[in-house]
Amino acid sequence: MKRKYSIFSILKNAISGHENWQKMWRSPEPKKSYDAVIIGGGGHGLGTAYYLAKEHGLTNIAVIEKGWLGGGNTGRNTTIIRSNYLWDESAGLYEHSLKLWETLTQELNYNVMFSQRGVMNLAHNEHDIKEIKRRVSANTLNGIDSKWVSKEEIQKIVPIMNTDNLRYPVLGASFQPRGGVARHDTVAWGFAMRADEMGVDIIQNCEAHKILIENGKTIGVETSKGIIKSKKIGIVASGHTSILAETAGIRLPLQSKPLQALVSEPIKPVINTVVMSNAIHAYVSQSDKGELVIGAGTDGYNSFTQRGGFDVIEDTIRAMVELYPCFGKMKMLRQWGGIVDICPDASPIISKCDIEGLYFNCGWGTGGFKATPGSANVFAHTVAKDEPHAINAAFNLDRFVTGKLVDEHGAAAVAH
Amino acid sequence: MLIINCPYCGPRDQCEFTNGGEAHVTRPKNPENISDQMWAEYVFFRSNPKGIYYERWVHSHGCKKWFNSVRDTSTDEIIKVYKIIDKKPLPKEFKNKIKTPSGEPKVGSGNFTVKK
Repeated sequence: MKRKYSIFSILKNAISGHENWQKMWRSPEPKKSYDAVIIGGGGHGLGTAYYLAKEHGLTNIAVIEKGWLGGGNTGRNTTIIRSNYLWDESAGLYEHSLKLWETLTQELNYNVMFSQRGVMNLAHNEHDIKEIKRRVSANTLNGIDSKWVSKEEIQKIVPIMNTDNLRYPVLGASFQPRGGVARHDTVAWGFAMRADEMGVDIIQNCEAHKILIENGKTIGVETSKGIIKSKKIGIVASGHTSILAETAGIRLPLQSKPLQALVSEPIKPVINTVVMSNAIHAYVSQSDKGELVIGAGTDGYNSFTQRGGFDVIEDTIRAMVELYPCFGKMKMLRQWGGIVDICPDASPIISKCDIEGLYFNCGWGTGGFKATPGSANVFAHTVAKDEPHAINAAFNLDRFVTGKLVDEHGAAAVAH
Repeated sequence: MLIINCPYCGPRDQCEFTNGGEAHVTRPKNPENISDQMWAEYVFFRSNPKGIYYERWVHSHGCKKWFNSVRDTSTDEIIKVYKIIDKKPLPKEFKNKIKTPSGEPKVGSGNFTVKK
């Protein structure tokens, strides 16, 4: 059933007290077998199912999720979207994604609230200036709208920022006007709804336990709802990907760590762009509700606890208060942690592996949300055609053996 | 935030320490003779279990000595701390409470230590 949203449907449902909205997706029991199964019902997994059905005609597929849709890292990030990465490979991937973001609301007929308010990356020392200017130049060559802005220009864009009277003064920044934020839940829900319409089974509360392999070929997955047979399985399980890979006898170069974020009480608009600082590690944007959405760092040790250490928040808040003295007396409302899977080169893995029919989309580390539609789009191609899309060919598993890494530690905003 | 029992200084706050990743990773004896795959295993591939994990710490803002610990990564509970020269404790010494393959209990978030 096609679900259309318009001013008329809102009016109609307002009259009946919003009690008769149709369900956004079915909740089917799993069938015995599918043409493909995607493990992980976050934005990347649901998007993959959407593009598999839409662009590759694969509709007899399922997405299995151990909790609820978008309840993992899709619901635990700071929703920042940008594409100002250094290397050509990354620029290709993240820019592909940014272009899809720009039309996603229309494509899904569901408002993902993509707001292109610009993203700023601050420089606090001589090295930052050189590194950021180099990245701006690399971006320009790749056709990405990145530019260097001086301290005076920053003061005009973000008047509340303390640029001079702090230990590491602000010396300039890169600015990508097309970057911004989006609403995380609606991305997952929008993809889920449209995939469901095309016949994709979205199965929640269904945990994948073991990947079943026979003679080097994928034959299915053992889940908490029984065995589901499939010759193609895509694992998009973020922090838990390496655990599932292990059940198939595959070792991945991933380390899982908690990454934290927090939001303040809502206030009137004070900051109309996204400001990130690698050097002092503080980044912030203001949500449509008025809350400041603040990103903290990863813990220094592996963990699956989904909460993270308090010292990490303390570090971030210390930097925030120095950079924005007017935030000093605000209260923080909520704090949370997500388990991110970090690759040694801070770039993702979107790849086949030695086992036929087993695919990985993982290693997004601290910056996966921005890539949601792009990652899903190229991963769907990889799963459907059994070969990588030109855009994700460089993000293979072999790169750790050949040494052809895509080192994005500089462009990844969270130091790790 | 964890309290880590440094084998030399006693219990201290975790921010005094730096994590050194997986413990008991040995450098291959003849790096010039091994395959790229094996070298990659040594350089980039580390285990990432949800459960019993052997790791290294250095008391960087204290005695500056390295030591090992065994921690349950699903709860952050530090089960054992031992010196670098001590033998690796066997996994069977520790009771792994993890119920499902991914490490989550059947119901709940897996944060055992919070529930205790």
